[in-house]
Amino acid sequence: MGVLSWQEAQGSLTAKGEREPRRIVGLGIMSSEIKAPRPMTSLIGLITSQSPRIALRPHSLRRPERGSSRRTQDGAAHSSSSAEKEHFRVTAVAFPAVAMSPSVAELLLQRLERTPPGPEGGLCSLEAATALGLDHQTLVGAVKSLQALGKVIEAETRATTRWELSAEGAEVLRDGSPEVRLFHSVPTEGLLQSDAMKLPGAQVGFSKAMANKWLRLNKGAPGGPRIFRAVDAVQDTVQNSLRQVQEGNGNSLSERERTDLKKRKLLLEVTLKSYWIRKGSAFSTAVVRQETDLTPEMIATGSWRKLPFKAYNFSALGLPPTCGHLHPLLKVRSQLRQIFLEMGFTEMPTDNFVESSFWNFDALFQPQQHPARDQHDTFFLQDPAEAPELPTSYMARVKKVHSQGGYGSQGYKYEWKVEEARKNLLRTHTTSASARALYHLAHQGKFTPVKYFSIDRVFRNESLDATHLAEFHQVEGVVADRGLTLGHLMGILHQFFTKLGISKLRFKPAYNPYTEPSMEVFSYHEGLKKWVEVGNSGVFRPELLLPMGLPESVSVIAWGLSLERPTMIKYGINNIRELVGHRVNLQMIYDSPLCRLDA
Amino acid sequence: MPTVSVKRDLLFQALGRSYTDEEFNDLCFEFGLELDEVTSEKDIISKEKGEEKAEGASETVLYKIDVPANRYDLLCLEGLVRGLQVFKERINLPRYEKIIPAKDEGQKLIITEETVKIRPHAVAAVLRNITFTKERYDSFIDLQEKLHQNICRRRALVAIGTHDLDTISGPFTFTAKAPSEIKFKPLNQSQEYTASQIMDLYRTDSHLRHYLHLIENKPRYPVIFDSNGVVLSMPPIINGDHSKISLNTRNVFIECTGTDMTKAKIVLDIIVAMFSEYCEKQFTVEAVEVTYPNGKTHIYPELAYRKDKVKPELINKKLGISETPSSLAKLLTRMCLNSHVIGNGNNIEIEIPPTRADVIHACDIVEDAAIAYGYNNIQMVIPKTYTIANQLPLNKLTELLRLDLAAAGFTEALTFALCSMEDIADKLGMDVSATNAVHIANPKTAEFQVARTTLLPGLLKTIAANRKMPLPLKLFEISDIVVKDPTKDVGAKNYRRLCAIYYNKSPGFEIIHGLLDRVMQLLEVPPNEENGYTIKATEAEPEAETYWLPVQHGVHYTATMKSSAFFPGRCAEIFVRGQSVGKLGVLHPDVITKFELTMPCSALEINIEPFV
Repeated sequence: MGVLSWQEAQGSLTAKGEREPRRIVGLGIMSSEIKAPRPMTSLIGLITSQSPRIALRPHSLRRPERGSSRRTQDGAAHSSSSAEKEHFRVTAVAFPAVAMSPSVAELLLQRLERTPPGPEGGLCSLEAATALGLDHQTLVGAVKSLQALGKVIEAETRATTRWELSAEGAEVLRDGSPEVRLFHSVPTEGLLQSDAMKLPGAQVGFSKAMANKWLRLNKGAPGGPRIFRAVDAVQDTVQNSLRQVQEGNGNSLSERERTDLKKRKLLLEVTLKSYWIRKGSAFSTAVVRQETDLTPEMIATGSWRKLPFKAYNFSALGLPPTCGHLHPLLKVRSQLRQIFLEMGFTEMPTDNFVESSFWNFDALFQPQQHPARDQHDTFFLQDPAEAPELPTSYMARVKKVHSQGGYGSQGYKYEWKVEEARKNLLRTHTTSASARALYHLAHQGKFTPVKYFSIDRVFRNESLDATHLAEFHQVEGVVADRGLTLGHLMGILHQFFTKLGISKLRFKPAYNPYTEPSMEVFSYHEGLKKWVEVGNSGVFRPELLLPMGLPESVSVIAWGLSLERPTMIKYGINNIRELVGHRVNLQMIYDSPLCRLDA
Repeated sequence: MPTVSVKRDLLFQALGRSYTDEEFNDLCFEFGLELDEVTSEKDIISKEKGEEKAEGASETVLYKIDVPANRYDLLCLEGLVRGLQVFKERINLPRYEKIIPAKDEGQKLIITEETVKIRPHAVAAVLRNITFTKERYDSFIDLQEKLHQNICRRRALVAIGTHDLDTISGPFTFTAKAPSEIKFKPLNQSQEYTASQIMDLYRTDSHLRHYLHLIENKPRYPVIFDSNGVVLSMPPIINGDHSKISLNTRNVFIECTGTDMTKAKIVLDIIVAMFSEYCEKQFTVEAVEVTYPNGKTHIYPELAYRKDKVKPELINKKLGISETPSSLAKLLTRMCLNSHVIGNGNNIEIEIPPTRADVIHACDIVEDAAIAYGYNNIQMVIPKTYTIANQLPLNKLTELLRLDLAAAGFTEALTFALCSMEDIADKLGMDVSATNAVHIANPKTAEFQVARTTLLPGLLKTIAANRKMPLPLKLFEISDIVVKDPTKDVGAKNYRRLCAIYYNKSPGFEIIHGLLDRVMQLLEVPPNEENGYTIKATEAEPEAETYWLPVQHGVHYTATMKSSAFFPGRCAEIFVRGQSVGKLGVLHPDVITKFELTMPCSALEINIEPFV
């Protein structure tokens, strides 16, 4: 929060993409189905003679990383069932050299040596991979490793597109298109449409066959709509086209045929990125093998003194630690508790979501016809509908001050009903807890000054939108002492909000049923360029304090705000439903930074 | 907070000067109002119904001003202008005068016995020789609507009827009759209807249907007749068409009927005070004699001026300022509270006008002095109140546990305390009656039927919303649940629970069990039966039955989760020093399915209150 950090919070929203770490994108297959490029891990493994292993890591981490072997544990922990596959991406990882057989890089260099020198001579990485019987990704790893060694090789990227069958396409190639299959399922006497639709692939097949005018539909047939063959025989052009693609002649299809098949999700356009590799100015087949990292053996034998080490890629990110995370709203709650404690405030008990109307309203001098006591605003209870116990003699004093006045007050002059006071509800504010605490204070014997606070849930029967939920957290501070003034309230509010990072305040006269004078607290929002309300405050009315039994000389000043609002500002969240409740994205919790309010 | 919509130019004309939006906003802020929106009819229509519909609508600039809920005197242009002009010392507050006609010349309203059970109170007044213009007329109607929506509590407490006095003849009778016996032409209708027909007529009326319930089920409906049997109104639903006011109306008969006498009097005072400005004799109101069923009579409107005395040092002491008595008196006068210093400067006498019914205590007077002084001119002072802070032990423990649960690799969730009955019962394989849950009487949706009795559904729903996240998912929440408890003053009590859940391709009971061991280690509870903790397999429980565990350290607690939520044979109860504090286990496949999950899942839920 705070004026400065409000801006920051806003900034981080808009510039979110830029804050993401730089990504080292490796070469890989870009399927047409994947819209955004997937970041790839940087490959800094050594030229190795061992075939690389495939490790899985969570896609969501979306960060390149420095470590390599460290990832094996992670990889082993996850299996690759189809349900999980979308959560993980496949990353090729090279491992340190130990074995004696020639490494992929060495094999590649040997092949490269046989190519003629000059700009014309070179190798295609795809062809080389096929020739070596390797996965293309493995070869790419070797290219990257060699590139890292300096000018041993030169490699430029090339992109080629080709057509492949999707899983569904492969099925059609095998069994025929749905329209042909449906056509063949229709006997000469026709088929009930409802039965036809139960056949596999019938939905698509029916619409295509109808479009091709292969079938006709008799809606008025006895027994329900019935379909009949409209032609004697059909050609499976779809299957034929797919066969051509399968045989590598995808380019011979017309643009329109391909688009149609693509629309039917039978065909995939695959962009293949490859390298054109040439000898570099420092070409040699005898590449010095660099070590990835220190090993216990190197330390024991001292061999590290003579070994060359592979350079680290410091622009990649590290491996995120496995850990739990605290919820951002509750991080702000902890900081607010801390602020109150720093200011000498004692925490009030708030452990009753269920409250009687008496404590929630009547004790706070809120008349029984007040709109807040309407069904539209408050959750009343069906069970337990009424509070079994109310403080009898105190209640009599409350009744009197409402209906007749007293303690210097005219009262509201209406017929106060105990039935209304008994009605149970879900507390609409924690001020009900403050009322209980003050009542308790009044009954502890000799008055001693107190500073109280609470932060807990409250409930409103409101229409939900981007800034309103049926439940939220209220933050409340209360000071009871002799001789407190409105200036004291403003002074303590200034201290409190300064600790929250908000120091530019102004106060607006307001109306609360239980405070007089009442003030809304406004703070200048640099981002919005206007004054926004950040809290509500006031001096508790004598009609509230005196029936409790507090001495007449005691004033009680209090203020309240919601916990959600400063949290949304602090963490740049615009919709409260993205912050609270079960629908929040856990990634938001994982990624939320420390809560430093005054920073 | 009511919002008053006024035409900007009309407002500035009445204020005798113009302001920029910002200047006017600052003036509002200082006075305790809020310039909520600067708009026009065209803007409003185009926002609500689309630009096409707004074609041709007025582009006159409108100010929407938020008025504090207790300031009924600021709910119309007339009142706003009067308040601001007095505040800026451009005019003196007018004095409202009640003119009592000579005997038998004034209007009379007779209340009969029949009204007692339905709408016992009525007050009335007459505005003589008033001059309406289109703007004044609209404002007059608007004010009634604003009063109806606010102080009148949607006509439940008070309903206002205004009539062209020259179309009717007194004395008037306020009585109640069976719906079939009431027949008249309602306002703006073309034919007569019986009261029952009127109710049917308005059942679909977007405005009036909200008031029908106020009398609908009563055997008799309230009604006001004139001496010729003409129906003036059937409060609180509708006036008669016969006596409707128009721009040409010169004499207005105003009646307020209701269930709250105090508010009826306030409403009448406000209306006549605001609009007597347009009477030939400005700020005068002709009184009406009201006769009660017991024969007693009373003259209305009250228009009572009340005097109060407040010591200057009290005002200074409450605000933290040091103004002289005469300057304080001046400040108060600017707030429509005419004041002067009396008793050698020891006291200020304040006259509270009938329009300021919100002033009921000296503290209200103190606030007005503060507003006139300017809140932002008051010196800020840090109170000297010296206190030692204490945390609530339960919250302190919660804070400490949260940190260590996150350190143990679990992520904190924050879920709602309200949920559906299904969440806490059906989906967990138990009957709702066994949950001992607190039920909400007026939920707007099924999401808010009950207060949760366990944290488990919230965590399961969190996982369901995050099925795309990498596995495993490890979540926890430490928060309150609510159960009925007849020993508590409100009949219900919160319990602080810790719930943790592990969701992966394998149930991971050992992980949840490991977390329990860790929590117990943190709480310094050793794993043994006598003075530590043990877990014991739960037997299949008989059909849903609530059980209350014995009191320990004065704390009741109920079983945390029914074992129906768990896979048979994979559920254990957690005992601490022989006392059950909760359960852990592998969730029942039915529970997993009902929460729209697909993987095995283990969970732990304990009450942490015994560890405080």
